[in-house]
Amino acid sequence: MEFIILILSGVLFAAAIYNLLQKQLLRLIIGSVLLSHGAHLFLLTMGKLKRGNPPILTEGVSDYTDPLPQALILTSIVISFGITSLLLVLAYRTAKENDTDNMEQLRGNENE
Amino acid sequence: MIFTVLIPLLLACFVPFISKFKHQIHTGVFVFFIPLVIFLYFIQFIGLGFEPIRHTYSWIPSLGVNFDFYLDGLSLLFALLISGIGALVVLYSIYYLDRSERLGHFYVYLLMFMSAMLGVVLSDNVFVLYTFWELTSISSFLLIGYWHFKEKSRYGALKSMIITIFGGLSMFGGFSLLTVISGTTSIQSMIANVDVILDSPYMPLALGFILLGAFTKSAQFPFHIWLPDAMEAPTPVSAYLHSATMVKAGLYLVARFSPVFGTYEWFFIIVSIVGIITLCWASYMAVHQTDLKAILAFSTISQLGMIMAMLGFGTKAAIFAAVFHILNHATFKGSLFMVAGTVDHETGTRDIRKLGGLLTFMPITATLALFGTFSMAGIPLPFLNGFYSKELFFESTLDLQGAGAIASVLADIIPYLAVFGSIFTFVYSLYFLFGTFGGKTQFDKLPVKPHEAPIGMLASPIILVLGVILIGLFPSAVNGTFIAHAAEAVYGEEVVKDIEFWHGWDAPAFQMSLVVVGIGTVLTATRTRWNRVYRFLPGKLSVNKVYDGIMDKLDTYSRKITTFYMTGSLRLYMAIILSTIVIVTVSFMLATGGFTIDFGNLASVTIIDLAVALVITAAAIGTIFAKKNVAAILIAGVAGYGVSLLFVIYRAPDLALTQLVVETVSVALFLLCFYHLPDLKKQHEPLHTKTTNTIVSVGFGAMMTLIGISAHSSDWFGTISDYFVETSKPLGGGNNIVNVILVDMRGLDTLFEITVLGIAVLAIYTLIKLKTDKGGK
Repeated sequence: MEFIILILSGVLFAAAIYNLLQKQLLRLIIGSVLLSHGAHLFLLTMGKLKRGNPPILTEGVSDYTDPLPQALILTSIVISFGITSLLLVLAYRTAKENDTDNMEQLRGNENE
Repeated sequence: MIFTVLIPLLLACFVPFISKFKHQIHTGVFVFFIPLVIFLYFIQFIGLGFEPIRHTYSWIPSLGVNFDFYLDGLSLLFALLISGIGALVVLYSIYYLDRSERLGHFYVYLLMFMSAMLGVVLSDNVFVLYTFWELTSISSFLLIGYWHFKEKSRYGALKSMIITIFGGLSMFGGFSLLTVISGTTSIQSMIANVDVILDSPYMPLALGFILLGAFTKSAQFPFHIWLPDAMEAPTPVSAYLHSATMVKAGLYLVARFSPVFGTYEWFFIIVSIVGIITLCWASYMAVHQTDLKAILAFSTISQLGMIMAMLGFGTKAAIFAAVFHILNHATFKGSLFMVAGTVDHETGTRDIRKLGGLLTFMPITATLALFGTFSMAGIPLPFLNGFYSKELFFESTLDLQGAGAIASVLADIIPYLAVFGSIFTFVYSLYFLFGTFGGKTQFDKLPVKPHEAPIGMLASPIILVLGVILIGLFPSAVNGTFIAHAAEAVYGEEVVKDIEFWHGWDAPAFQMSLVVVGIGTVLTATRTRWNRVYRFLPGKLSVNKVYDGIMDKLDTYSRKITTFYMTGSLRLYMAIILSTIVIVTVSFMLATGGFTIDFGNLASVTIIDLAVALVITAAAIGTIFAKKNVAAILIAGVAGYGVSLLFVIYRAPDLALTQLVVETVSVALFLLCFYHLPDLKKQHEPLHTKTTNTIVSVGFGAMMTLIGISAHSSDWFGTISDYFVETSKPLGGGNNIVNVILVDMRGLDTLFEITVLGIAVLAIYTLIKLKTDKGGK
């Protein structure tokens, strides 16, 4: 199963990058969301899947899944949420100010 | 000893504050005491019974990089020159530099140089030496560019920087090779292990690299071109850095390493040839110059070449003469530079075609110039130190013995080249003297009416000329006390040599001197007649053109390359960055055989997770093809919920909960914002863009999968998670291990995470509330 999830994570990465390389801002944001999904699944798989019980200490159970990737992912989920919301507002402002959400038109000027 | 190196640098920090009061009292007055104190400190080591001193201070012991300060005769000679000439130069600059100049900058750079140069000559550790070496290049760059509003200053500064740093870098390579070969970073230990180094096949390479560093720094042909342009610096700087000290760092390096390489045949061949060519070419070119300082610059180059050649000879007499001439050159050339600066200061020009007849107006300056130039020319008079070292040079060229074929041919022709170079040395010395002070005064060409300089300005050159005369009168006084120690440090055994003025009419060296004086006088008198020869040689040939061409091409091509990929398109940058990551990672994986796959130890495949995985895949790909905003957002949401389902299946309850909440809020946010965002349009991309994007994204995804599979299949390290499972309860006091890790064991991480969220909230709030000039919102 691990390999399947890794392939899934690869697919998520590919779709994310493809979106990131598009022109429109909304696609870029969706791309970044998919990117974090891919990364989370990748991390989770590094701790091996379906071994032992959920990492909550219980009487009489000594076998738990790896808690460390989960802790890392939890942090990452929250951070990527922050990023997504910031990007959304940023995209909204950019589109409002420049009357376009096309990356090809949103270039700096010569002197920047 | 570490304090002598660090004091100038530390005190330099206070100079900017002192320079605030420069109108009441010249900043140089304070600075003057720094080199003076260092000079007095070093002077106590002069004496007959001198033993090398070593102090070690740890810096990076694990890499063998330490402040190993080592004071032997050679270091002492240089330390005395640096601090002594330094004090005189600062004294001179008090009168030379006007108070309206940026004195703070000037003295900070100068003190920085002093520290760096002392560091170069006192370090025994090659890497510390290299660090100080580059610091001298940087301070030289800053000082040459001191009058940065002048185009030529900037050009000269850049040129010196590029050439010397290029050499420095190559020297660093040489040092690294030597360190690897000998297993030590200390020069003295390298000298002790000389057999190991000489046996190594990499030795010639290391020698070549180090010599390149020395030749560029000491302005040897063909790297000499930076020194004439460095004359744009204020004259005190030229006298100090570009004549007495910094340009001698290359000589120091060659001298320091001659116990290591001295016995190698090619060391003799390369160093002698380069030195002697530099001597001849630069002295020949000096006669052609019209700027006083340019004459002195070429003269410095040629004298450096002469010392370099002697270091290459490597015989006892040659080493002694080289060390002696380092001292002599510093005295007479330092005074001549100050004379040139004084003339410039009092008449407003350095152009020798406009000058002349200044003897009546500036008698003291003229007298100083007389001693300086005669000493430089090597005129046989018993009170000129330049003559002694010039004669020792001739002597050393005569007793050369070449071991191999090339070396023996070289040994035969070197005396003739030495005489040739010295003839032109004689010519330019007299040309300098009589062109400036002899002949008629051309009042119409002088910007201001000439007059004698103030006594303070003359003090430093007077002291130096006194040095010329005293060393000339009592050569044995400096001989036994420290010249002999310096030569011993280079040669490896005790060097005792009597310096005598008179060897008799039949002494070959004296006859060579007479030939020089004879032909030199004739050539000086008839200079205007044979001047045309410069039209044929160098004519249009110039190393400067090569340099300018290279710099020009570098400029054009780097501009072309930069504009080629810096298009301003972020998408292109991203594609380049990502494909670089993919190419580097995958090729590294292939090259090191890093890819492994192991089908054992896998979790079972069940229908449920397979189905969820398929849904996520479909959703991920679907986002690309979605035509409407809402559709794209909702499809992305499906992927998110799918991932949280996977979290449930893979026993991560906390993740599943968080992901669910976050996903819901995100989708809501998306939907809120999408109202304001323009609709998704049909992609009008050219096919090649689409193909590139597909290749890059698929490549990246495949790379991640490969890395994941390899990481999963290889078993390099045991898991560290057991620690958290075991200590969650006893240390963290919680049953939910993930939570304990987050809030307890990695609590600081979480704290910063919250900070990041806080910043994001602030940014979002500002972005929404922000009112721009355009009247947005």
